[in-house]
Amino acid sequence: MTIAPPAEQLAAAETPLQQIWRAFRKDRLAMAGLYVLVLLIVLALLGKLLTEWWVLLDPATVRLPDKLRPPLSASSPALLPAQVPPWGIYPFGTDELGRNVFARMLQGSFVSLSIGFVAVGISLVIGVTLGGLAGFYGLRKWGPISIDALIMRFTDVVLCFPTFFLILTVVALLPPSIYNIMAVIGMTSWMNTTRFVRAEFLSLRERDFVIAAQALGLPEWRIIFRHMLPNALSPVLVSASIDVAYAILTESALSFLGFGVRPPFATWGNILADGRTFIFDAPWLFAIPGTAILLVVLAFNLVGEGLRDAMNPKLRKRSS
Amino acid sequence: MWRFLARTLWQRMLLLVFISIISHAVVHLAPGEPTEVDPMNPMMKAEDIARIRQAFHLDDPIYLQYIDWLRDLFTGNLKSFQNGLPVLPQIWERFLNSLPLFACTTLVVWTLSFPTGIHAAVRRGSPFDRVTTFIAYALISVPGFFLSYLLVLGAVQVFHLPVVGLYTFGSEGATPFVRHMDRLWHLVIPSLMSALTGIAVLSRYVRSQMLEVLDQDYIRTARAKGLDEDTVVYGHALRNALLPFVTMFGLLLPGMISGSVIFEQIFAWPGLGQLGYNAISQRDFPMILTLNFIAAALTLVGILISDILYAVVDPRIRLQ
Repeated sequence: MTIAPPAEQLAAAETPLQQIWRAFRKDRLAMAGLYVLVLLIVLALLGKLLTEWWVLLDPATVRLPDKLRPPLSASSPALLPAQVPPWGIYPFGTDELGRNVFARMLQGSFVSLSIGFVAVGISLVIGVTLGGLAGFYGLRKWGPISIDALIMRFTDVVLCFPTFFLILTVVALLPPSIYNIMAVIGMTSWMNTTRFVRAEFLSLRERDFVIAAQALGLPEWRIIFRHMLPNALSPVLVSASIDVAYAILTESALSFLGFGVRPPFATWGNILADGRTFIFDAPWLFAIPGTAILLVVLAFNLVGEGLRDAMNPKLRKRSS
Repeated sequence: MWRFLARTLWQRMLLLVFISIISHAVVHLAPGEPTEVDPMNPMMKAEDIARIRQAFHLDDPIYLQYIDWLRDLFTGNLKSFQNGLPVLPQIWERFLNSLPLFACTTLVVWTLSFPTGIHAAVRRGSPFDRVTTFIAYALISVPGFFLSYLLVLGAVQVFHLPVVGLYTFGSEGATPFVRHMDRLWHLVIPSLMSALTGIAVLSRYVRSQMLEVLDQDYIRTARAKGLDEDTVVYGHALRNALLPFVTMFGLLLPGMISGSVIFEQIFAWPGLGQLGYNAISQRDFPMILTLNFIAAALTLVGILISDILYAVVDPRIRLQ
């Protein structure tokens, strides 16, 4: 009776998730990044809603009398009633065809974000599968070589490719489509995830709770997905958040080189790349998407780094 | 040692073969063909396309094309699809153009990021640390061409720095001294711009390595026995923190092909990146494949060099 700890002390113990959240909340830069991301996701959904389903802001309307208007200017009286933007002003100005930049940015936020998320989703699926296979079944032989050696040598091969050059080649050869860009970025960025997951699985496989689970006779899929994978995810989460940032930057670089997403899709990358032609006449066409990309990529990077610090018990102990 | 070398060399050669097979397959199996660069051209008749395909051996089975490519590459007979000139001399010429830019960039990156990173780590949490951390994140997050365009506008207007090409047009008749200074002057802006991201990444890495080492017990011991702070930081901490950077030396060179595409495009620098970009947009298969192959081979050599350097520098590591 006296040995057992009091009940309230047990209840007060934090779950690992709560501990991470507590450490994460202290990091002001990372929290700022998180707020920006939440705002961005709301904006992207709103943009999808307002530009496609319930069209208040039409990103494709061409208004030739209103070419290259600076931000916050009013629309000209020469427009047809159907062309007038809401409240008769352009919050971010207009481009060389008189399209409303605000509407295009809203539409682009959804496309840019989905490129980032889908590309990282693809790379996570490939990376976790290969890493998990190599880590868990690595010792099994498949012919003369072990599965681990096979998968890791393949990873080495892909790591040797000059990544950006490869992305550029494939995107240039394939028919231009937004899905190809997502797929290519995803398929060239899974290598780090594979290595992290493999390393985590190798060490987890020897841990007591996994051996206990095996001794209980649990099926393998249950050990892998319920017991090992959640414990292997923390480095993956960090690199995923930074990879989203990298995917958005890659998309804008592809747009700059002329291999980006084609019209009618507006992405922040191609608004920025098109805007550079008008850098003297209409600097807002360049400055607005550039700043938006900077803010969002910065937010993803800060959240990723904040997570990394929050998940590192050594740092957590030192900072508290 | 020698057995290690022989075995790794053999493994690397095998990897290289796989890499060449995969890149050849990717380029040839993707739907785009050299004959489709200009599909709307009315002068291109079906028999012309057939003749071009015949001339480039595009109708052969893919393994024959692969063998042809390898044979031509190693006998030096490989000809570019675009202009019919041999591939290797073209690459060598562009390599000589890229080399000064690359050397300057690397020099700037390594000389600036070490002092910044070390200072930030030693004064952890100071205003200097916070400001450089934030600037580093911002530099990592900004699309390279966006920042370059903005800074180039300032550099041209305020300092009258040249931003286009290798040398001033029409300066061929000047004295050798003037021509050399002119070329150096043209290096300033492109190398600074391409160095910015590198400085941000490397200084963050230096900082985290230094923090890791400064936390070790032997640093506390060094302080406890009364060594002055400079000896502790530079003599004891820095020397141990430097180890991982030795491995980065080997991996510098491959970045020359992949990393330079965007910046050479911005500054109209006729280097390897631009060569690759043109080859990709013209679907010049031999050129794309050879550049890819060289980049992969350089990566493998780089990894080997860094392995050997690591073993030389760190006596705890034995090659076997």
